[in-house]
Amino acid sequence: MPNKHLIKEFEKQVGRQNIMAEEADRQAYAYDSAVLDAVVPALVIRPTTTEQLGQTVRLCHQHGLPLTVRGSGTNLSGGTIPSSAESVVIVTNALADIIEINAEDMYGVVQPGVITANFAAAAAEKNLFYPPDPGSQTVSTIGGNVAENAGGLRGLKYGVTKDYVMGIEFFDAAGELVKSGSRTVKCATGFNLTDLMVGSEGLLGVYSQITLKLIPPPKAQQAMMAVFDSVDKASETVSAIIASQIIPCTLEFLDNFTIRTVEDFRQAGLPVDAEALLLIEVDGHPAAVEDDAAQIKELCTRQGATKIQMAQSAAEKDLIWQARRDALPALARLKPTTVLEDATVPRSKIPEMVKRINEIGKKYHITIGTFGHAGDGNLHPTILTDKRNHEEFSRVEQAIDEIFETALSFGGTLSGEHGIGLAKSKYLENETSRGTILYSRRLKKALDPKNILNPGKMIGEG
Amino acid sequence: MADIRKLVRLLNELDEELVCCTRCGMCQAACPLYGETGRETDVARGKLVLVENLSKEILDNPEAVKERLDRCLLCGSCEAACPSGVKILDIFLKARAIITGYLGLSPVKKAVFRGFLSNPERFDRLLRWMARFQGPFSKQIDETLGSSCARFMSPVIGDRHYLPLAKTAWHKQAHRQFKQPEKKGPKIAFYPGCLIDKVLPRVGDAAMRVFDHHQVDVFVADQVPCCGIPALAAGDRQTFEQLVKKNIRIFESAHFDYLITPCATCTATIKKLWPLMTEDFPAALREKVLAISEKTRDINEFLVDVINIQPIEDQSFPEKRVTYHDPCHLKKSLGIFSQPRAVLSALPDWEFVEMREADRCCGMGGSFNLQHYDISRKIGQKKSSRIIESGADAVATGCPACMMQITDLLSHAGRGIAVKHPVELYAEALDKTGEAEAAAHTPASEAKTK
Repeated sequence: MPNKHLIKEFEKQVGRQNIMAEEADRQAYAYDSAVLDAVVPALVIRPTTTEQLGQTVRLCHQHGLPLTVRGSGTNLSGGTIPSSAESVVIVTNALADIIEINAEDMYGVVQPGVITANFAAAAAEKNLFYPPDPGSQTVSTIGGNVAENAGGLRGLKYGVTKDYVMGIEFFDAAGELVKSGSRTVKCATGFNLTDLMVGSEGLLGVYSQITLKLIPPPKAQQAMMAVFDSVDKASETVSAIIASQIIPCTLEFLDNFTIRTVEDFRQAGLPVDAEALLLIEVDGHPAAVEDDAAQIKELCTRQGATKIQMAQSAAEKDLIWQARRDALPALARLKPTTVLEDATVPRSKIPEMVKRINEIGKKYHITIGTFGHAGDGNLHPTILTDKRNHEEFSRVEQAIDEIFETALSFGGTLSGEHGIGLAKSKYLENETSRGTILYSRRLKKALDPKNILNPGKMIGEG
Repeated sequence: MADIRKLVRLLNELDEELVCCTRCGMCQAACPLYGETGRETDVARGKLVLVENLSKEILDNPEAVKERLDRCLLCGSCEAACPSGVKILDIFLKARAIITGYLGLSPVKKAVFRGFLSNPERFDRLLRWMARFQGPFSKQIDETLGSSCARFMSPVIGDRHYLPLAKTAWHKQAHRQFKQPEKKGPKIAFYPGCLIDKVLPRVGDAAMRVFDHHQVDVFVADQVPCCGIPALAAGDRQTFEQLVKKNIRIFESAHFDYLITPCATCTATIKKLWPLMTEDFPAALREKVLAISEKTRDINEFLVDVINIQPIEDQSFPEKRVTYHDPCHLKKSLGIFSQPRAVLSALPDWEFVEMREADRCCGMGGSFNLQHYDISRKIGQKKSSRIIESGADAVATGCPACMMQITDLLSHAGRGIAVKHPVELYAEALDKTGEAEAAAHTPASEAKTK
């Protein structure tokens, strides 16, 4: 823990009420949502102004203290777990102002601690649409979404967080303010630092302000559910839909285990014998939506769907999406520990991937439910276990290794939307190359010579 | 209990529940306290971690954990929203009891709980005494609400606008035995709860008018021991158990179909916490607890699901608007939210309008309001803005504690919005339409008895 003198200095900069030094408080910032060991930080600071944020970074830099920025601590790869017992955790949730929503130029400017769903709601009030909708959107912060390049259900048609970041202001490792990007659609000014910062997992700078693109909301939607008696048929249908050049806004997949678990949980009348469900939504101009929905229905039938249900009302639409929303909570209740992975493969590999995940589950005698974003190949194999059972948990770890190996062998990627953090940094070289790791470390070293910005994450210790 | 090993062992009994928290953090969206402070130790995830760390001896500071555990409204919003279904309130209440057992009860709480709360007669005497003296010290501030404020600076009352204490406890004049043959409806024991008994007797009166109208045979005991929640929330399991036993002694001899309460918190306590916290009772006593708990119903639930009340028909067009605030202990603890709305929709003079975030906690949280008035008020101000923006002339809610908090908030806002229990409005409507006419719509013979 920093000495009293240093704490006094922080107090002078950010105010006593914004500093948490007591052990009980610090222990509450030692974890995030990843199933990893906790690391208790030395100090927790919750700046309430941008100036305080900058001062905090400068002080950390001056004293060589490692720092980890934390929004709502919902990271699934350990990115917000403090790097070490010397770490200072900077909590951004007091920096939660929506500075501007500009309907004319269709953008919004926010502080990093703004909650994703609040921003989307504020945009919707001005009849604008912010599409990225990670599962944790009611609690996650925009800063966290940008740092992890978060995705969501609408990725297939609307893209992910990176597709909406127009500009970022951030403090570099020394606390110097850096401005990147612009409020204009086009911007060819200087290095594209904005894109460098997106997905940088807190290793390259501390965001202070983010400018986000907004788009007009779709005028109509149509949701539907298609039931399949084989995973192959379901994923061939996914390929067929894309091949016919229809891009649904959402195209979700539930495997048989997940279907049965959700049905046990909600008793909404899901087909428990089905091997797979596709939950599909198209949106856009009303006429186009009608055409696309009809065409998808026909494609599903042709591909062998045993039943197709079109939502006829808002209530029916809600019932369809309730099944998807229930997937994680229903699975999570089966066992104490839930390990949610996000290995992603090219769409065409989904049938093979699902098959392999099931084989891996059997091989290691563990329970895995798989659901996720079939449209973009981003599956969520969800492992249900009890971390207190060390023997079982070591089998879980082996299974995770094998799931990643498999995803990579299919030309996939380690993380569709959760980031690398601590949990997946050991696999990063397998997906990329030794050169990639070294290049990234040199970049990090050049920008953060004292290695204080979230050290040890993503690219390991260089 | 001063043995830290015992503390650790007892806390470890919570392990099966504690381990279910996946640290997903979704409780952050639900917690009204965290919404104000943004501090992890104020939200369920942080508190669960601290209890777990104390049980695993990663943290060896029970005082620090208790202090943070006590900063909680016990509204259950987190539990209702928890994707993993963690029994958060059970853990919190048990942990509070275990840690308080180790640290001991504070002298003030000891005096209040052991000296007065656990002794209903002494509590009543204290109330009479206090009611006599409150006059000179308070002045009425809002006629619609009937709220008062302190005439002089008072460290206890501060800037609160409060409802004055009843001159005598409601049950003193209301207690009655069953009248058996005359009434055709179900037989109920009516339990007003402390706040209605001592602060809002008008709700008790309204309930009796409604029962009379629906031919419900009512028993009101000549003593109203507290349901025990203030003691349990403070970790005083001894007083809690005493109060449960006192209540059981009162109700075990009476034969009734339902025990009805107009207080959301009492209902939730009797239905959920009595069974939860009496597992160590001797089998015979435990059986009685479970039997009474099983028969307990919220008054709105009873009127709608059992008595099956129907809209009161009237030619007049509703001129006033009423909105409804969901008490956490009704909606989140017991899943009761449609019935109070059904009661309000039955009123001819009132148009029912929803406010936004009707189920957002009002910030009262029982003694939380006493200990953390500033935060309680900040949370409450969100509620009062929602009430005001709904455009309602009155806000109804099925919990006297919420009524007190909302009265304080609206009295400060000075908007002339009344605060009512749904049963009060229903009783007023019955009075207005007249016994004969209203009775024609709901003959007691149609009322289901079980």
